Amino acid sequence: MKARALLTRGGPVLGLVLVSAFFGALVGPQFFSPANLELIARQTAIVGTAALGMTLVIAAAGIDLSVGSVISLSTVVIALVLRHAMSPAVSAAAGIGAAALCGLATGLLVTGLRVVPFIVTLGMMLLVRGAGKGLADERRIEAPVTWLNDLLRTHALGGGILLPSGIWILIAMALLVAGVLRYTRFGRHLLAIGSNERTARLCGVRVELCKIAVYTISAALAGVAGVMQFAKLSVGDPTVAVGLELDVIAAVIIGGGSLLGGRGTVFGTLVGAVLMTVIQIGCSQRGFPNWVQQIVTGGVIVAAVALDRWRQETQAA
Amino acid sequence: MAEALAPRFRMRGIRKAFGATLALDGVDLEVAPGEVCALVGQNGAGKSTLMAILAGALAPDGGEMSLDGVAYRPRNPLEARRAGVQMIYQELSLAPHLSVAENVVLGMEPARLGLMRRHEARERTRRALARLGHPEIAPETPVSTLSVAGQQLVEIARALAVGCRVLVLDEPTSSLAQDDARRLFELLARLKAQGHAIVYISHFLEEVKQVSDRFVVLRDGRNAGAGGTADASPREIVAMMVGSAVGEVYPRSPRRRGASILELAGFGPGSAPLTLHRGEVVGIAGLLGAGRTHLLRSVFGLERVRAGRVRVEAVEGFHSPARRWRQGVGFLSEDRKDEGLALGLSIADNVTMSRLAGLGPGPLVLPRPQEAAAARLIERIAIRCRGPRQPVRELSGGNQQKVALARLLHHDVDVLLLDEPTRGIDVASKAQIYGLIDALVADPGEGRPARAVLLVSSYFPELLGLCDRIAVMCRRRLGVARPASELDEHRLILEAAGTEGAA
Repeated sequence: MKARALLTRGGPVLGLVLVSAFFGALVGPQFFSPANLELIARQTAIVGTAALGMTLVIAAAGIDLSVGSVISLSTVVIALVLRHAMSPAVSAAAGIGAAALCGLATGLLVTGLRVVPFIVTLGMMLLVRGAGKGLADERRIEAPVTWLNDLLRTHALGGGILLPSGIWILIAMALLVAGVLRYTRFGRHLLAIGSNERTARLCGVRVELCKIAVYTISAALAGVAGVMQFAKLSVGDPTVAVGLELDVIAAVIIGGGSLLGGRGTVFGTLVGAVLMTVIQIGCSQRGFPNWVQQIVTGGVIVAAVALDRWRQETQAA
Repeated sequence: MAEALAPRFRMRGIRKAFGATLALDGVDLEVAPGEVCALVGQNGAGKSTLMAILAGALAPDGGEMSLDGVAYRPRNPLEARRAGVQMIYQELSLAPHLSVAENVVLGMEPARLGLMRRHEARERTRRALARLGHPEIAPETPVSTLSVAGQQLVEIARALAVGCRVLVLDEPTSSLAQDDARRLFELLARLKAQGHAIVYISHFLEEVKQVSDRFVVLRDGRNAGAGGTADASPREIVAMMVGSAVGEVYPRSPRRRGASILELAGFGPGSAPLTLHRGEVVGIAGLLGAGRTHLLRSVFGLERVRAGRVRVEAVEGFHSPARRWRQGVGFLSEDRKDEGLALGLSIADNVTMSRLAGLGPGPLVLPRPQEAAAARLIERIAIRCRGPRQPVRELSGGNQQKVALARLLHHDVDVLLLDEPTRGIDVASKAQIYGLIDALVADPGEGRPARAVLLVSSYFPELLGLCDRIAVMCRRRLGVARPASELDEHRLILEAAGTEGAA
């Protein structure tokens, strides 16, 4: 009974502790140095931010495969707007706005055509990627250096204790999204739709409106991730973040979200995202080749889902 | 008739229990070759269980079965099919994308070295359809392009192609138009002449008289009578179905009929209008598939409506469920597990789902007030659970149903549309739900007007016990609501089966 409650609540955390301890043992105590922890946080920022929105989408039993494309589109838009001598804030807003429009389109297509989101967003993945390439004329877009590029830069002050502003943005967003999912009508409606859409409809939940909203919000958060991606690259790149959506989805699933909907927490998702970064950084610092890292990450995803399945079965019994 | 012949199949003393409830208690059934035997009985009398045993889907706890004198004990539906026992269910089981021929030979395709012999498959299909007197259906036609009646024919053809000794048809006319039904009866006569033994399950006693040679009545899992169809009137058959009344107690507090609150008109051709007043329970009786659920769901905005008018207090027209809730109308689904409840969510989430406003400032929903609201209802209607955060999945059927009902109480609606509120729940919960329904329409005092209940149920004693007025629905036509005191179970069964005035 107790063990099960621990696994249900703390499964992802337990996984993170085990994996961290493993790499800590392999790499040595410097793995837990403040500088290294900050590196882990910085490396998690992009996937983590996009995964916040994905948590909402998956909680409502949806899926969004277009996240990677949306991120790259927003870097292109930011770079283009910056080149027109607009302020960095306006450029970032434009990038996020473009991303949100993609999400709005996804939401309208999912609800209007009544096609499953997997197919709609598979289409959107290509469509948005193509639009980004067209907009950028299939090139990287150089842009002037502004404070946007400092979002994920280590601050000289305080020897790395003070986190980069991008991390603070992620933390603030996470608190906000967690609050929305847990404590607002909209959040409860998303979980209701994910748990049983027919019940939600019967209870007067405006299912279509909620779905359109959740895809728009999720894409806007992908736009924020796009701002961070731009900060890291300092150019607009229509070919960046290919396949990133799978990392984002994996973070949500490792964090306890269910593709069948009705479950998922922001905290779990962040733990899932950090766990994947830990594997990545741990492998590279130990000098493991990339293929080892991929195999370990894949193993963790499968283990997380298997554990989840077992958890559900013991609960149902 | 075929008394002289040895029976094609025989079931003797079949018993089957589900947990503590005895679904079948020593039932006998036999059918001779070239005979159509009608199996009749009310919902829950045990017909489906008996047929599931015959079809190998359920194993009996006791009793014997034989086919042509040889012991018959199928371990699964496939063995039953191989032995020649073929079922045609209400819900057809065809692969809509495949052709008629592919469906007919499905699972037993004529093949050489793993390659299907298409010509042979088409030939077999053609032969089977010809035997049914329908050579006009081409074996190449995709099944999805056929009408329901055509698809039913394909199923019967499949049964014949597999090799059929006993054919069971479960409510085969429920989704057919009258012409198609007549053609089906001709087809049954043909199959009978070819020597098939046929079991015909139907609620429509007119049909039973038309197609069958003999009838067998089940009631509460026992044989309750049998005879030649020609010698029995519908009234006599109904008397066997009903039997003696069970002493169930329906609470009845003083009710005062108030202002009209819900008006329906023009639902389907020939339907009577219906007015529901505050302070009364109006029942809709009928058979499964008569259109009662569809009517309720249309009123609540869950079905697209083709015809009809609805007025709730001063508001005319059809509205979404969201607006219905705001107008003070609540709906309880007959399908508790797939629609009524989100089983993975907690009691608190399920109860408050339709009205989260007021459980926190602004758009917020705070756990404390949500749990407090749920806890009040848990206590009020005695939901047995560990607490408001327990997932609904873990509750018993009766307690799940109470959670679904609690939602309407939490929302404090004026009009309750209840679809089969006591289906599949234990006796104690049933009694509690009866008490609750009665309390809702009683005068609540404190200046609050009484509520109104529109109740759909297939269990007629319950309707007679709870309702002030009852309307009967038969084949999508809603009858006039009459005082329950002028009705009895016999009348309801006869009218629900469309046999009004035939007795």
